[in-house]
Amino acid sequence: MLLKVEQIETYIDQHHILQGVSLEVPAGQVTVLLGRNGAGKTTTLRTIMGMTPPAKGQIIFQGEAIHQLPTHAIAQKGIGYVPEDQGIFADLTVEENIKVAMHKEDAETKDRLAWILDLFPDLKSFWERKAGNLSGGQKQMLSLSRALVQNNPLILVDEPSKGLAPVVVDKVVDALKEIKDHTTILLVEQNFAMASALGDRFYILDNGQTQLSGSMQELAQNEELKRKWLGIA
Amino acid sequence: MDVLFNLTLNGLATGMLIFLLAAGLTLIFGLMHVLNFAHGGMFAWGAYTGVWVYAQTGSFTIGVICAVIVGVILGGLMERWIIRPVYGNTMQQILITVGVMLVLSEMLKVVWGPNQLSSHPPELLAGSWQVGGFIIIKYRLLVILVGLLVLIGVQLLLTRTKLGLIVRAGVSDPEMVQALGIDIRRVFMIVFMLGAALAALGGALLGPYSGVIHADMGMEFAILAFIVVVIGGMGSIPGSALAAVIVGLAGAFMNYYVPDLSLAVNLLLMLLVLIFRPQGLFGAKGVQQ
Repeated sequence: MLLKVEQIETYIDQHHILQGVSLEVPAGQVTVLLGRNGAGKTTTLRTIMGMTPPAKGQIIFQGEAIHQLPTHAIAQKGIGYVPEDQGIFADLTVEENIKVAMHKEDAETKDRLAWILDLFPDLKSFWERKAGNLSGGQKQMLSLSRALVQNNPLILVDEPSKGLAPVVVDKVVDALKEIKDHTTILLVEQNFAMASALGDRFYILDNGQTQLSGSMQELAQNEELKRKWLGIA
Repeated sequence: MDVLFNLTLNGLATGMLIFLLAAGLTLIFGLMHVLNFAHGGMFAWGAYTGVWVYAQTGSFTIGVICAVIVGVILGGLMERWIIRPVYGNTMQQILITVGVMLVLSEMLKVVWGPNQLSSHPPELLAGSWQVGGFIIIKYRLLVILVGLLVLIGVQLLLTRTKLGLIVRAGVSDPEMVQALGIDIRRVFMIVFMLGAALAALGGALLGPYSGVIHADMGMEFAILAFIVVVIGGMGSIPGSALAAVIVGLAGAFMNYYVPDLSLAVNLLLMLLVLIFRPQGLFGAKGVQQ
């Protein structure tokens, strides 16, 4: 198992946001976190990244406990992060945004960058443009590129479809389909069509707890579960 | 005409000294969102170290180098043991850095006594050149040149190096920089030490420039530096350079023509900027304030 999250509990100020979240992310698959707004999906990703460290529970990545490490050390272990707001550096160019994430400039990394730019040709076109001037879809592509350029075994992607036009969402889905052949993805997504198109396994969170898990294919066919936990008619 | 020229030269030199102090202040605020009221203390310690070592060794250069080293050490110690525990808590930062400023000032009196110290430019830089009808005071020209070199150096550091890239990214979103595998705390410490070193360099240059230094000068210059940072835009080095020149020139001209209003003009400039362009002349969009 690439990542194991065991009964984590996380507080933000006085609020008990995660009250026992457990999940497993197998290598080579897309695992999707589903749930209503406020269920704790984003906090789960931020807790894995050490941005809101857990008060209880443990997180094991590639057999090593990482829940007490600072964020930069967790990222160095090989976890990339694409936050909900994309987290791009608006005053830096596209090139500079990617260079911040490139800790090596060896042949392997350059090959990887070439693959990324083939995947997102828009970024090549706007290479020297300030990232703050990109469209929402291009910012999402840039954020994904930064997470990919270091050859991370796992990337955490938070709501990549949020705020994007449907045609742009299709592009992001196509890109993530190709990315999943190269790396493992833990995806938070409210757009069920996107989640079911990409996901192999799912976990449903509610009230800061893991409520249900299984194969994405089964969930897609079970109207009652979708209605009960996701409010999808 | 020569009066105007001399006032301009004075204003530029004073502006560059203020810039050396403001550059560190604006970098520290831009990256760490720390309002460092103790920054003037680094300036004063740089001035005392520079003047004292110069007096002991007879070498102005050694004095300046020692001042910069003291600035680096003080900056490193301060970031690690005083600032780091209060990151994210603005009120505690203000209280603790004001406290450190007072302690640093008082420590100067403990080490060097309550009286002011006097200094003079080194022989090579004493006196002036006469070019046409203009008199160019050598030491003032040196101060201007050092300020320009620091401006160019810091800009090259920020725009041409990986460290500068990380600093600029950190100004925009420090949490995301960490999520990309970079230890932002190390970057914070390096920037803090660099800022303190620049302040100490400014202090070391001030001694021979003004002729005398005293323990309370840190706060006086820190106020000017804060005005410069606000006018230039928090986090912007070119903004601080331009604002420092404006403040330096305004001070020089007002001191000559309307001395009673010399400080008021700086406050008025800051007020106008706050009303019409609150982010400052070069305020960076990405800076979280």
